[in-house]
This record gives sequence, structure tokens and C-alpha cells, in this order.
Amino acid sequence: MDNAVSVRNVSKSYGEVEALRNLSLDFPRGQLTSLLGPSGCGKTTLLKIIAGLIEADSGEILVDGKTVTGPGPDRSFVFQDFALLPWATVLRNVAFGLELRGVAKAEREETARRFIKDVGLAGFENSYPHELSGGMRQRVGLARALSVDADVILMDEPFSAVDEQTRRKFQEDLLSLVQNESKTFIFVTHSIEEAVYVSDQIAILLPRPSRVSEIIRPGSFRQKSVENIRRDSEYLDIVDRIWASLRSYVE
Amino acid sequence: MPYRSLLLKLLSAGLVFGAWEIAGRIPVSYAFPTFLESMQSLLAMTLDGSLFKAYAETLRPLIVGVAISAVFGIVLGLWIGLSEKFDWLFSPIFIVMQTAPLAALIPLLVMAYGIGLTSKVFVVCIMAMPVIVLNTAGAVRNTPFSMKEMARSFLATERDVILKVIIPAASPLIFSGLRLGISAGFIGAILSELKITPTGVGDIITYSRSIADYPAMYAAIFSIILLAVLFLNVLEKVELHLFKGNNRGYASD
Amino acid sequence: MYLFGYKLPGMSSLLVWGALWELIGRLDLTFFVPPLSKVIVTLFSIIGTPAFLSALGDTAYAFIMGVVFAVVIGVPVGIFMGKNRLLDELLLPWVNIFLSAPLTALVPVLMVLFGFGVTTIIITTTLFAIWIIILNSRAGVMQMNRSLIEMARCFGASPLEAFTKIYFWAALPEILGGIRIGVIRAVKGVIIGQLLVSIVGFGALFELYSSNFLMSHFWAVLVVLFALAFTISELLAWLERRVAFYAAKR
Repeated sequence: MDNAVSVRNVSKSYGEVEALRNLSLDFPRGQLTSLLGPSGCGKTTLLKIIAGLIEADSGEILVDGKTVTGPGPDRSFVFQDFALLPWATVLRNVAFGLELRGVAKAEREETARRFIKDVGLAGFENSYPHELSGGMRQRVGLARALSVDADVILMDEPFSAVDEQTRRKFQEDLLSLVQNESKTFIFVTHSIEEAVYVSDQIAILLPRPSRVSEIIRPGSFRQKSVENIRRDSEYLDIVDRIWASLRSYVE
Repeated sequence: MPYRSLLLKLLSAGLVFGAWEIAGRIPVSYAFPTFLESMQSLLAMTLDGSLFKAYAETLRPLIVGVAISAVFGIVLGLWIGLSEKFDWLFSPIFIVMQTAPLAALIPLLVMAYGIGLTSKVFVVCIMAMPVIVLNTAGAVRNTPFSMKEMARSFLATERDVILKVIIPAASPLIFSGLRLGISAGFIGAILSELKITPTGVGDIITYSRSIADYPAMYAAIFSIILLAVLFLNVLEKVELHLFKGNNRGYASD
Repeated sequence: MYLFGYKLPGMSSLLVWGALWELIGRLDLTFFVPPLSKVIVTLFSIIGTPAFLSALGDTAYAFIMGVVFAVVIGVPVGIFMGKNRLLDELLLPWVNIFLSAPLTALVPVLMVLFGFGVTTIIITTTLFAIWIIILNSRAGVMQMNRSLIEMARCFGASPLEAFTKIYFWAALPEILGGIRIGVIRAVKGVIIGQLLVSIVGFGALFELYSSNFLMSHFWAVLVVLFALAFTISELLAWLERRVAFYAAKR
């Protein structure tokens, strides 16, 4: 299996606190891998190191065989709190990644409109973030991340700040997105159900010291239609299994 | 009730002006003219042009001073907000300037720079700059980290981050700092006219007081307050019109 | 800011500026700026003098009275505006007007109505401080968590109990913030009042020293005034912090 991203012996400390210690992990190309674990296990730190936003103390990250030294055009990020520019319209927000790359205005707006339509926000191009609901704002964030056509999409608990119904819809949409795009997705979450639902591969991280305790590859139910997955017995088994092992880590 | 807000504002104005009229008629004091008398005087001054001449005098140091304060203040504020060294060096000075009663320096400035335009511009500047600088610096420093991180993740350069994220994010606070600075500058302009040289509107006030023409005095003061309020409101509308995105709803959304 | 790995305290750059002041003074670059050391020496010499103490007394009296009036009138008005929509809509335009208006322009009116004495100065001080106190008290009430109000009614609190046990404390951080800013404005107000009336207090001293070109004295008084204003402001900020520990949880 070809790995889009490889993490090799990465360590990161914040003063006394060891966020990551000698962590190694591979992310297969074209699939969605979740980083799942209780708070404090370093999953967001790892994600940001892969993104190039934080520097690791030691170890290296390889993306498509090349070492990561900072943010790059091969990776894009979806933020938990959306990180939209409140003074810009939806159109400008989605086109922002392209704007920073120097793409001409007409071209980037056309690209942006396409992705705005894809995420279901057609008609809202000239609205401002504060006029949108939480779910809509995250769709703007998603459209922005998709429009720069990066190989690797990094998502930091992207659905945690929206309501439950919207969250479920997002999870269903994410499944079809992963299938239709040939991109690699790395997804941080602390929801077990969410991880088992959307992932091709789940890496369970445990804290103190941060390490990969287990890698699970859900099998048969990925082919099922979205409505039936949550009742599939393998799905439920995996969820219970993970909860049993994580339970002791919740204070 | 439609137009409720407008009606209530008119009612409120009516109550206050009505109370003024009544107080003038009692009279509360021999030096307290009625509302109508003052308005008459105001009309007379407007029609014979003396009001405009006076404002031309008064507004000159104000406009120059505010322009200088705005340009230097915002640039300085940006620098202080972006550079830790600059912040350490300059913030305390401006904090001191904001807390200290700088008005006390006016006689000193007069001695140093005479009674002309220079000292009045100086007065406006020392009153207006601290709040502009501190507001700008604070806004820059408090730019949400997540937005800066987002820009970096999409490959923004340092320059991009400053121009496309930090400054737009700070602009509502910068504008409110400007408005506060203009108010303070206005106080400086009037103060220097009342204290330094009788010119412009300050002169109308002191002169009419000395000849006991109280309606004229009150009229001049009324016009100052009216002008200040109108100008600041217009400024706010202009800001929201030019920077449509600045009307951002509530932070709690 | 770090130097050789040690974190420099907040306002320490003032030491650098102080040194600069000393240098400018010694080099005699301008008559109007004597060396800082001379100013400090003069400061200590005049602090005990009757002229200074009486000026301090007058100013302190006017300042305290002005602030007391501003708080005693401003806080309740602000609270009522926050609770009553009609009152708010009637009064708010005026509060906003006077907040940003050049209040200095009103001082001649006050002088004409109330004479050249301490009353005018007290009223000036009150006027400078009261508007922001009203606005912040109003804001403190308006941003109060609705659930607290519902909770009070649920548990059967009487209006007075609700006010003293809940609303007052919930709005307090904001109110204290308003008072702190109001106090700073009051200092400006009392000085401006004295400058224009210039018969009493520090205003008179400034006149005296500047017209007699006693620069060190002038700066000494200014430094004392600033130190007082700063101390009061910091005291209030400290008080605000002690109260505000729960403010973030609102």
C-alpha cells in the first residue's frame, strides 16, 4: 500500500509536557485515517505538525516522499473553529487559499463558485460568515480546503462545533467525498462513533506518553449505504471495543 | 409600532429642549437663555456667515492635527502591535499619555511654540494620538490566532498575513480608536481656543460671555456639540459603507 | 520582551525614557525640559509646602466629590437603562452624544451659571466621568445571563433580593470597568476645569509656575499628578481583577 504521509519518530514537548514521543504512523493514499483519542493525547499537535504549522522537536514527516518543513501546496487544513475571515464574503473566503497562491481573480472566483456549489452553498456567495449557521460556515471552510486541490486534507475535529443533526449529515457527506476524490484525508476526532463511521483506518492514540496504541481497519460495512452503517454489527462491535480500551483513560 | 425608534428619539429631543426652554423662562439664572433664544442666535450667526468663518478657524488645527495623529498613530500602533521590542519600548509611553492629564501641558506648549497654528496642532495631537496608537496596537495584538494560523496553512507570507488578515481584523477597533481620537482632538482644539488665543468658535464663546450675550454663547456651544456628534456619526456610517464586512454581528455567534 | 534570557517587567522601558529625559535635560537642549533628577529633587522639596498641599486638597476634594456624584448618579441610571427599554431608548442618544462630545465646550456655561469656584469644577468632573459609567453599568446589566434572571424568579427571590444577591454582582465587573475609565476621565475633567477656571488647585499652580518659568516645579507637579492618576487607576484595575475572576464565566 502506497503511503501519502509517513510520520517517523516524531517527538514534541511543550516545556515539561511531552505531547508526542517517538511517534510513527503511516497514512495510506486515497483513504481516510482518523486520529482518535481522549483529550491530551496529542492528536491535534500531530495534525498540525503534519500541516507544517508546528515544528517537531525531532523526527520527520514525509509527504509524497518529501520531508515537511512548513505549510505546503500539497496539504490543506480544515479548522475546528472554521477560521473564516469575518469581513469577507463566502466567495472571497473560499477563494482565499487561491488568492494567497497568486491565482488571478476571475479564475479563482470561478473555481470558488464551483466548490461552493459542491458543498451545497449555492446562492450564498455574497453572504458574510455571521449571517450563516455553524454548519454552513464549516462548509465554507471545507470548500476552501478543497479548492486549492491539495493531495492531503487535514481536518481538526471539523464537526465538533456544529449541532448533532448537521454533524450526522456531514459524516455522510464525508464518506461520499472520500470515495469521489482521490485525496488522502487525515481526520482528528474524539468521537468514537464518528471515527468508526467515516474511516478506512483508525489510529488510536493514548496520552502520557502519547503513542499509537492500536490501528483498526473497519472492513465489511464500508460498502453499505450510509443509512445502514450505524446498525451494522461489525460497526457496533468496533465501537464497543474501542470504548472499552479508552474508558480507563477518561478522568 | 413602526418608526418607534425615530419617534422616541424625537420625543427624547423634544423633552430635553422643552426642559431647556422652561428652565430659561423661569429663569433658572439670569445667565440661562431659553432654547428658542439660543436657536435664534444660532440662526443669526449662520445667516450672517460669522459661524462659518469661526469654524474655518477652529477646524484648521483640528483637521491638521487629526490627520497627523491618524497617520502616525495607526502606523505606530501597527508597529507596536507587530513587534515585541517596539511594544516594550513604546507602549508604556502611550499608556502614560493616556492616563495623564495632558491638558496641563497646554500652557507649556504655548510658551514653547507661541499662540499660532503650531501649538494648537500640537495640542490636538497629544490629545488624539495615545488612544489611536493603543487601540490599533491592541487590535493587532489580539488578532485571533486561529485566523493567522489558517492563513499560514494556505501558504500566506508574512506580508500577506499582515495585509490580508491582521489589518482587516483590526479595522473595527482602529476605526473606533480614530473616533475616540477625533473626540479627544476636538476637546484639545476647543481647549486651546478657550485658553490660548481667542479665535474661531472659542472666541465667539468668550466674547459673547464677556458682553453677556448668553444666547450667542449657548448657541456656539450647541453648534460645537452638534457638529461633533454629526461628524462622528457620519464617520461611523462611512466606515460601515466602505468596509461592509465590518458589521460583523455579535462575537457570540 | 527578553534580554539575555530574562523577561523584562511591563513598564520597564520607562527607565530608558527616564534616562533619555535626564540626558536631554543635562545637555540643555531646550529650556523647557530640565533634567529628570532636578525635577525629582524639586518634587520632594515642594511636596510639603503649603501651596502644594492646599492645591492638592482643593483638587482632591473636587475630584472625589465629582467621582462620587458620577458613580452615585451614573450607576443607578445605567442599571435602569439596562432594565427598562423605554427609558433606554429615551436616554441612550443623549448619553452617546455627551460621551463623544467635546465637554470642554460646556465649561464656560458652567462658569457662567455656577461661578468661578469649586462647584463648577466638581460639576465638570462629574460630567466628564458620568457618561462612560452609565454606559458600562447599562452594558453590565444587559449582558447578564438571562438564565440568572429566570433562576432568581424560579427560586422565588424578591426584587430587592434578586438585585442585591444576583444582578449587582453579575453586573459588577463591567460596572467597575466603567468606573475605572470614568476615574481617568475625571482626572482630565478636574484638570481641565481648573485650567479654565484657574483660580484654584493645580490649575492655579500650573499657571503660576509656567508664567514664572519655574520649569522644574511645573514638571514636578505634572509628575505628581500623573503618579496619583496612575495609582488610582491601578488600584481600580486590581479591584476589578479581584471581582472579575468570575467575569469570564458569564
